[in-house]
Amino acid sequence: MNETIERYVAEFRAQATRLPGARLPWLAAAREGAIERFARQGFPTLRDEAWKYTALGPIEKKVFPLAQADLGKVSEVGAWLLEDVPHRLVFVDGRYAPALSRVGALPAPSLADSLAEVLARAPHLAEPYLREAPAAGAFVELNTAFMADGAFVQVGEGVIVEEPIHLLFVSTTAGCVSHPRNLVVAADGAAVTVVEHYVALGGGGYFTNAVTQIAAGRGARVEHYKVQQENVKAFHIATVVARQEAGSRFDSHSLSLGAELARNDIATRFDGTGCETTLNGLYVVAGRQHVDHHTTIDHARPRGTSREFYRGILDDRARAVFTGRIVVHKDAQKTDAGQINHNLLLSRDAEVDTRPQLEIYADDVKCSHGATVGQLDDNMLFYLRTRGLEEGHARDLLTYAFAAEVLERIRIRSLRNRTERLMVERMAEAERLKELV
Amino acid sequence: MSLLTIKNLQAAVDGKQILRGIDLDVQPGEVHAIMGPNGSGKSTLAQVLAGREDYQAVSGEVLYQGKDLLALSTEERAREGIFLAFQYPVEIPGVSNVYLLKAAVNAIRKHRGQPELDAVEFLQLVKARMKSMKMGEEFLYRSVNEGFSGGEKKRNEVLQMALLEPRLAILDETDSGLDIDALKIVAEGVNSLRSPERAMIVITHYQRLLEYIVPDYVHVLSRGRIVKSGGRELALELEEKGYAWIEGGKAGAAAGAVR
Repeated sequence: MNETIERYVAEFRAQATRLPGARLPWLAAAREGAIERFARQGFPTLRDEAWKYTALGPIEKKVFPLAQADLGKVSEVGAWLLEDVPHRLVFVDGRYAPALSRVGALPAPSLADSLAEVLARAPHLAEPYLREAPAAGAFVELNTAFMADGAFVQVGEGVIVEEPIHLLFVSTTAGCVSHPRNLVVAADGAAVTVVEHYVALGGGGYFTNAVTQIAAGRGARVEHYKVQQENVKAFHIATVVARQEAGSRFDSHSLSLGAELARNDIATRFDGTGCETTLNGLYVVAGRQHVDHHTTIDHARPRGTSREFYRGILDDRARAVFTGRIVVHKDAQKTDAGQINHNLLLSRDAEVDTRPQLEIYADDVKCSHGATVGQLDDNMLFYLRTRGLEEGHARDLLTYAFAAEVLERIRIRSLRNRTERLMVERMAEAERLKELV
Repeated sequence: MSLLTIKNLQAAVDGKQILRGIDLDVQPGEVHAIMGPNGSGKSTLAQVLAGREDYQAVSGEVLYQGKDLLALSTEERAREGIFLAFQYPVEIPGVSNVYLLKAAVNAIRKHRGQPELDAVEFLQLVKARMKSMKMGEEFLYRSVNEGFSGGEKKRNEVLQMALLEPRLAILDETDSGLDIDALKIVAEGVNSLRSPERAMIVITHYQRLLEYIVPDYVHVLSRGRIVKSGGRELALELEEKGYAWIEGGKAGAAAGAVR
């Protein structure tokens, strides 16, 4: 066991009795099991196929103590709010901040609350999802061992929650880690949209290790947005695991803009027939940023449809990894799966590794995939310049247009506008592109 | 003063010489047609004049309004009043037509010392122009040329030309891919822009376009050189006798008539 792992285990021993739900035997056992598995397996290495292109040295070398949330540090979150999203749960260094949050009335028996609150008052609601680890992996184990809070969103049978629920995670403490754990449960026929949004106050590095579990009942619809805007010194590791029952739909959007090192594992499994999923993603990195998306669509049952649209823009010495794993089980006949990953390299020193991984064990299926890595199109640049646009303007315009095709898929207007503005603000020619948003 | 003077222009693409000594003089108000078979260098000439970077002038001189045109960047040429209507207008997904049109108009107005147009002024201007080109307003909000039919693309080129009010318009195979109705609309658009200050170079393979856009001069390009110049009757003669007449050798007796 290396020193970092020992320190995490020691910290767990010291903190275990103080963690939320410590008095719940099933949860204590789950945490105990998780820290033991973590201690045994340690952090993934480059020899691990799923981590082949993402070195974890920067995370492994440091010990990040648990952030001790001081809710008073954050008095204002206005800059990050989405104006057409009335429900918001705000978390400061991983802990729920009621004074900054506002949850309007949801139709009973639906609920959106802090997970720590739910563990204190009605733990049986969370138990089915926390008792068993949703996925293997060191970071999920670490999260299970240390999770202190997060959002618990449950939507009752047949209830349609029209307005999105905004989960805002603000990190304020340099050198510390938080392990947000979110549960989103949509009962049969329910519909809900959740925005999971990570931001920072201050410029010091920190570590976010988030896990979000999503359960979509029969015919349910869950739309999940993950907006990663950590500061550029942060490490962000996040796992989104969805389980879908028959006829359900899960739409995922991952917008990865910040962090020095970001890894997003997004996985869904079709546990019933006729499920649908669309995974959208946009990563925009520069400097020495590193972003890794690892998506898995598990077509375990027949007649499932999946679509995947990922785009990346890389500048300077940035690096990106995209792995799109699609597994079609033997009896998952009539599966229809399509995956596309396009990458735009704005610099010679940027690097991208993109790999589709299709494992198909059924014979009556439709599966397609495509990946491109390229630069701005010379014909387009020339055309724009013959219309009087300066080269820099033309380049930024085409770069923006490349991202716009993913941004157009964002259905929450304020989030789309906000992301479009963010994209424009990153450009040298921001002033000239303002009219686009 | 001549608007454009080309002297012994030689140009290469990917190290392969295409233009082998072009001489041309264009006065304000004139319309020059450049005809020639495939591969004669017509489009290369258009691209070199517009400033395409991978088309390199090897030698010769191009003076535009008395200035060295080849020393200007693509966008500087556009701002100085050169407009190229593309043979294959480029599709640009994600960039709306209205954004490009307004950015282009204002880039050029700014260069000319005119105040930039705000959104309202611009929309008034563009909608009036679109009406005359028989283009619906939905074109404004579609991505540039994306999914446009051949005719729609060419109309969009002429719309841009109308808005940018160039001094020198170069129309590269504007008739290609057009049915007769679309051709008439495009030609009307072009003709409405003819003026004593503005010159045009109309590049075409076929005589047909010149029935609608009547040139003052016709030049025949062959293997990178202008081999024959004349009035518009030259186009009719070419139509009748075919390019073999100009290219010589293979054309037998007819070739003798040229020399």
